[in-house]
Amino acid sequence: MSSKKDPDNPKKPRPAFSRRSFIQGVGVGTGALGSGLLETVAHTAPTDGKFAGPGVVPITLRINGKPINLSVEPRVTLIDALRNSLDSTGAKKVCDRATCGACTVIMDGKVVYSCTVLAIDAQGKDIQTIEGISQNGKLHPVSVAFVNNDAQQCGYCTPGFVMAVKGFLDKHPHPTMDDVEKGLGGNLCRCGTYVGVRKAALEAAKEMRGGRNA
Amino acid sequence: MPDYSWPPMEKRRVIGKPTRRLDGGLKASGKAKYASDFTQKDLLFGALLTSPHAHARVTSIDTSAAEKLPGVTALRVIATPGTEVMWTGQEIAAVSANTEEIAKDATRKIKVEYEVMPHLVREEDLAKAGARVKAAGEQTKGDPDKAFQEAEVVSEGSYGIPVITHCCLESHGQAIGWKGDHVEFFPSTQNVSGIGGDLSNTLKIPPTNVHVHMDNVGGGFGSKFASDRWGIEAAQLSKQSGGRPVKLFLDRASELLIGGNRPSGFAKVKVAAKKDGTITAWDSTSWSTGGVGGGGAPPIPYVFDIPNQRKSHSAVSTNCGGARAWRAPNHQQACYLTLTAIEDLAAKLKMDPVEVLYKNADLTQRAEVYRAQLRQGQELIDWKKLWHERGDSGSGTVKRGLGVALHTWGGGGHNSQCRTNIHPDGTVEVELGSQDLGTGTRTIITMVAAETLGLPLGAITLKIGDNALPPSGPSGGSTTVGGVSSSTRKSTVNALAKLFEAVAPSLGAPADQLEAVDGRIQVQGNSSKSLTWKAACQKLGVAKISEMGENNQRNPGGLNSSGVGGVQMADVSVDTETGIVRINKIVAVQDIGLVINPKTAESQIHGACIMGICAALMEERVMDQQTGRMLNPDMEFYKLAGIGDVGEIIAHLDMTPEHDKRGVVGLGEPPAISLITAIANATANAIGVRVPDVPLTPDRVLAALERRNA
Repeated sequence: MSSKKDPDNPKKPRPAFSRRSFIQGVGVGTGALGSGLLETVAHTAPTDGKFAGPGVVPITLRINGKPINLSVEPRVTLIDALRNSLDSTGAKKVCDRATCGACTVIMDGKVVYSCTVLAIDAQGKDIQTIEGISQNGKLHPVSVAFVNNDAQQCGYCTPGFVMAVKGFLDKHPHPTMDDVEKGLGGNLCRCGTYVGVRKAALEAAKEMRGGRNA
Repeated sequence: MPDYSWPPMEKRRVIGKPTRRLDGGLKASGKAKYASDFTQKDLLFGALLTSPHAHARVTSIDTSAAEKLPGVTALRVIATPGTEVMWTGQEIAAVSANTEEIAKDATRKIKVEYEVMPHLVREEDLAKAGARVKAAGEQTKGDPDKAFQEAEVVSEGSYGIPVITHCCLESHGQAIGWKGDHVEFFPSTQNVSGIGGDLSNTLKIPPTNVHVHMDNVGGGFGSKFASDRWGIEAAQLSKQSGGRPVKLFLDRASELLIGGNRPSGFAKVKVAAKKDGTITAWDSTSWSTGGVGGGGAPPIPYVFDIPNQRKSHSAVSTNCGGARAWRAPNHQQACYLTLTAIEDLAAKLKMDPVEVLYKNADLTQRAEVYRAQLRQGQELIDWKKLWHERGDSGSGTVKRGLGVALHTWGGGGHNSQCRTNIHPDGTVEVELGSQDLGTGTRTIITMVAAETLGLPLGAITLKIGDNALPPSGPSGGSTTVGGVSSSTRKSTVNALAKLFEAVAPSLGAPADQLEAVDGRIQVQGNSSKSLTWKAACQKLGVAKISEMGENNQRNPGGLNSSGVGGVQMADVSVDTETGIVRINKIVAVQDIGLVINPKTAESQIHGACIMGICAALMEERVMDQQTGRMLNPDMEFYKLAGIGDVGEIIAHLDMTPEHDKRGVVGLGEPPAISLITAIANATANAIGVRVPDVPLTPDRVLAALERRNA
């Protein structure tokens, strides 16, 4: 489904793969051009020509299906709004420059780095955070797979990684290990949990294809 | 004295069984709380202004504009006029404000004038370091001159391993507030029981006035033990703001500049041997930096006590943020400087390096362990089929090679106290002032308690992460698992003995003939004479049992011990057109004593190997001598491996009765040591030439290839 708000460039191959596969293509490390590429994913075109601020402005964000009113300066990023204004601290602020993925949320079905999205630009979008994927106290299959495969140590990258895996599997329900490595190239872990994350992604894919909580 | 010894391997129900980490669900659902997640209605945000200069004197500082900014609640000048700033990133001033944005705005409004002074920020060329070099003097052993004269083969080389940073994903910092003359301190720390005393000394309040609490820490790796300048400043900002809590965490750039780093290590090395591969002599001139204070000498030659040695080390003082313990301090450097040189010697001898290590294993303290591990590793990586002589890797542009290195570590348990409470309603609490760094500490403590008490894991309530609990040592040097498992074992055995005393009359047997099995207390070997756990606890009446257990690091009583060996091997492919090194497969063989939870132990090894891959291929603090600044203080250019960069990793735990009887030994550091070297050796094996310095970035690989072809 695409709409006017969807900035997907038709020339770009496989949108959900874009930054990750590119980063992978760079080879060593996470790539000098990662953040530049991200903008095409995360940035929303200005809507009505008005500008907001300076100073605090009221905004409404739809988070995990619920509209929430808050007041932030226009320069406040989505991650800061979530963490500092809404007590939604699952997503973490780590690099603050769209490199590491610890702040990953899903916005209108797309995996985005919330450190590089302005909160005011996130209005009108469906924002899904780690807090929203467990249902009725039951862990999401991706979270379960992370526990089963010990895909976490200190756990600080984990919420972002879980969201990245979920967003990836939503679009690629039948991934190979190679797909997993390409599709999740946009998240970094310092403790070195990738062995578990690879297994968890494949296990979660299988579980989600089974139809439960998909 | 009660028998605290571990149950025999074959009788264990919980210990040694792969167990999912108990806090995994909280972490994987975003519910686990970290200090940086602290929120409270009246929370203030702190920010630091840091020095843009590597060496300068502050001549004036004007804070008036910042203080007038609406929303600012307090401002502190750290570097008063006249202060000599010694590195980029050094703290100049601190601000607290109602929002994070205002706090940062305020730091930008502080006007500081500096008198810029000469600096040194690079140490790899010792000749350029001039007066900043402090030589530690020469050490000799045996007769190196004679040994080099008589040597049949001598290999010479230069090797370098750079400064890298800890780059904890949760940066250093804390939330901190005052209630009267008491401090509520929520740090990101590896040292829950000790960090309060550190802070109270500086604030000049009694240690008992500092309450420390931390549920989770987002990475430490040796860099988070003290309350630090930012902790002290945040406490003072809070005090000046009427006690309102202040949350102050380093931004990413500061984290990389001042949050800690691993000292570098450089050396010119000569190694001598007989034609059969017997190593006879070592000569090294080495240097390193850990910041202004210089850097400690790595223990070279590493692991191998070569009979004839001459070595001299110099510490280079640089205008860079200070070093901190970095997962296996000094060992990565020592391993790299030694085992690259031995690999080069093997290549010169045209011998398989595994055989050179095997042959010289008697120079180590654990010859049999290493010999067995070398053979085990060879098998797991298919060494005999894949290894070739250096550079003999076919005609294509992508060259494949194998490398090996080995390591050692201590890992005995730290001092730890544990309290176990058994309540008349059957609930059990286990309490320690320890912390779980993500290593799985919560899970292993609970497993030990469940094993002793014959209960399921879910029947144990564990409390850690608070300095009101019985003190436990800081989590550094792989000392936690030995310490907390031993104190928990003793405490639970003591508590269970009290419960046996209480129920013995009802079961008509002496207390010392009872056992706790499958949620029941029964007469040994006789399940017909038993009480359920709950019924047994009811016999306590109204009084709970509360029993302590202690691990004394000097006298662990056989429950834990120190000293392990490990061997790591790497299989890499190097693209000789692009210079990119890729990991095909890693094998890590590790001796770790008694394994409590193989699942989290394996994760520790996988993680340590991935850190090794990062340091071998990507990680480096790049300093610019012209400006004195770090060129890559962000995660874009301070590179870490991604999920597609790590290849296949095989962790082999030596879980044998022979290792098991040594008790628990720490695992955090050892597997983080030798992979850097194994990857560098594999790269040399693949391309036929040594790339002297890690990380093996494409430019360095291509430069080495060019030298080979020249």
